Amino acid sequence: MTAVLERQTTLEHKNRLTPEERRSVGVGVALIALGLFVFFFFGLRIDAGEQATFNLSLQTDRFQDLSWVVDARAFSLVVGVIIVGLGIWRLTRRALRWTNVSLAVGFALFSMAFLAWAAAGSQFSLVGMLRSTVILAVVVVIGALTGLMCERVGVINIGIEGQLLASAFAGVVLSSAFGTWAGLAGAVIVGGLLGWFLAWLAIRFHVDQIIAGVVINFLALGLTSLMSARILADVQSLNAPARIPAWRIPLLADIPVVGSMFFDHTFFVYGMFVLVVAIHLGLFYTRWGLRSRSVGEHPKAADTAGINVYRVRYRNVILGGMIAGFGGAFLGLAQVARFEEDMTGGIGFIGLAAMIFGKWLPFGALGAGLVFGFARSVQQKVAILNIGIPSEFLLMIPYIVTIIVVAGVVGRTRPPAADGQPYIKQ
Amino acid sequence: MTELPPDNQPDDAMADVPEQPSSEGRKMMRRMTGVDESWRQALVVPALSILLALIVGAVIIMVTDVDAWRLMREDPVAALGEMLEGVWVAYRALFLGAFGSVRAISETLFTATPLILAGLAVAVGFQTGLFNIGARGQMFMGGLAAVWVGLHVELPAVLHVSLAILAAIVVGGIWGGITGLLKARTGAHEVITTIMLNFVAAFFVLWALKTPAFQEEGSNLPQSAPLPESVRLPAIFGEQYRVNIGLLIAIAAVFFVYWLMYRSTLGFEFRATGFSPTASVYAGMNVSFLLTAVMFVSGALAGVAGSTMTQGLPPYTVTSNFAGTIGFDAIALALLGRSHPFGVLWAGLLFGALIAGGRSMQAAAGVSVDLVIVMQALIIVFIAAPELVRTIFRLKKAKAEPAQLTKGWGG
Repeated sequence: MTAVLERQTTLEHKNRLTPEERRSVGVGVALIALGLFVFFFFGLRIDAGEQATFNLSLQTDRFQDLSWVVDARAFSLVVGVIIVGLGIWRLTRRALRWTNVSLAVGFALFSMAFLAWAAAGSQFSLVGMLRSTVILAVVVVIGALTGLMCERVGVINIGIEGQLLASAFAGVVLSSAFGTWAGLAGAVIVGGLLGWFLAWLAIRFHVDQIIAGVVINFLALGLTSLMSARILADVQSLNAPARIPAWRIPLLADIPVVGSMFFDHTFFVYGMFVLVVAIHLGLFYTRWGLRSRSVGEHPKAADTAGINVYRVRYRNVILGGMIAGFGGAFLGLAQVARFEEDMTGGIGFIGLAAMIFGKWLPFGALGAGLVFGFARSVQQKVAILNIGIPSEFLLMIPYIVTIIVVAGVVGRTRPPAADGQPYIKQ
Repeated sequence: MTELPPDNQPDDAMADVPEQPSSEGRKMMRRMTGVDESWRQALVVPALSILLALIVGAVIIMVTDVDAWRLMREDPVAALGEMLEGVWVAYRALFLGAFGSVRAISETLFTATPLILAGLAVAVGFQTGLFNIGARGQMFMGGLAAVWVGLHVELPAVLHVSLAILAAIVVGGIWGGITGLLKARTGAHEVITTIMLNFVAAFFVLWALKTPAFQEEGSNLPQSAPLPESVRLPAIFGEQYRVNIGLLIAIAAVFFVYWLMYRSTLGFEFRATGFSPTASVYAGMNVSFLLTAVMFVSGALAGVAGSTMTQGLPPYTVTSNFAGTIGFDAIALALLGRSHPFGVLWAGLLFGALIAGGRSMQAAAGVSVDLVIVMQALIIVFIAAPELVRTIFRLKKAKAEPAQLTKGWGG
């Protein structure tokens, strides 16, 4: 339908700007507004000489007491001017490749100015925030990878949320009963089963894929809440998973900032990075990847070339579900470390948005996930600073970011051509 | 949905039906009910779906019976007996809670009221090819607007009730319209935007109910001050039963949606857009406007559903979860009712019974009302995959399977 609407609008604006130019101008206007906001709202409202102290080390780090002190007012003013400059550069409609980069740089600078404003006159643990950015990104990235695995073969997976929730439940219960590895295995199996269920409904019965996904979400929510109320409330010992130790990587973990950000985590976090790289290599450098992509783009041609479309779809959707299971295990065993009703709280859908934001690419998903993790982490840390914005509004941030993202901040994204279409073999 | 030109149905679609109504009557029935095939065909799959959902629900009750499992090692027969008794107790409570007394029937109708309205909201979206998961958020915003009017405007009763509902219509409609506008202008998929707006609305309500504009003076509970008498929806059968004129509003809305979708030009264009956006564009329809308008209508209906949960829910102090799971139940309902207003009405009454019964099941048998969510999910599966039901019960294959309801990302 987008294509149709676009045709309608192009008919109206025949001799106007190309879409890229229009985007560049739009981004320019937005950046100028953002810059002015930083300049007047942050810069001029901070008292002169007030310092913002960013702590760069955690208590567990080898190198202690690193910090970065800036004059909050001067910093915000300079940042405001830079963002306005970026915006003006966009208005000239040159170097169109740089539109997204300038947008990203603009937002990063904006976040820094915001933090300087929020932390003016006090201390703020920058490294703590960056570390939790990575942790909070894990489920989002894994959700995005799940969606990507399915959509690359043409199956829309709205049920990521349910797959995460159900596998978190299975992981917590099995881990409490039999230990961490059983929990992880159980979570991955449950995720895979729900993946199979989605594929079965979508491929065998041609059920509308979005409805099939919604059903998975309902089933997962209903069943886990029911079992949580009927079983976990009764047998508390089943809701106490074993603690998972962090694997601190020698030497690398001692690097200031980067060390605590990336090299001092549970195996789940490393697993996420491995998955991103593995799926990237798999999709673009192996026969499996070529087949998967061809099934997602043009199933009929793939079928003609002798590829079993149904088998490829089943396999990838099940694999996607297993990846979601891994994410659910992280959520239940490491991040929250117990099961709570509806503990996913929409994160599966944020993962879906991250997949779109990342343009159906594994590294794109990683980048998008980190952006969401950052938004969430800022929200959590700023809530502690108590700056007068009600916490409910801060809590809205990740969801609003998602809306802005899917509304096309990143410009045109192109899903796989056969996404969401059932394939009926002739 | 497939009845755009009503005369286009192949005649042999009726071949295996023994008694055919006259062709005039058939057309009439089709218009009124949205049922293309015979009544038997139309009812068989939903009825079997509900039956299957009840069976699976029974299995779930048995499997999650912790006490019975503890007994299993010593005396498996007694344990099995206890499980079956658990099912009997639960389903008995479910049935009695839905139909067992005048109060139970009142509860069923009361529960059905917002379900019907929200179900209509989803159904209108389905008919235009949009999947509105945002009824929850639209209910929140609409309901909150009604509360604001209730607390800050002073009017005589009839006017006050109407003005509050109007506020719910406008605000709920705008909240839904945002999604339509985003879809039309940027192609942002409505499934994601509506879900995100649900969260935003929920946080907004959470915040608003802690502000002096809504709180009772001197209280710091996160809930609104009690709504004044003049804005409450009056009860129909006396104060002791909760069913109120919201039910009449819901029924009126059913007829309004029927008129809108099947009798007005706008509704024709809505359905045409759902049927084929490409064709609608070439027929000169303004698809951007239609998408926004239909989401406005959808959001407005959900907004009224929200207002019945604030203006109509004793004790009339509004808490932050007044929308409950109605926004999601509405999806199952719209599917069960095949997106037709009258279908939604019956499905709404059925789900009202299921949920009202589920509440008394939770109280009497300790089976959490979450079981109803599972049953709804199963009903959706079976309705959306009629072939599955036919395979299980070895029925004959139907002539026409329902078409794809929603569109992918690219649409």
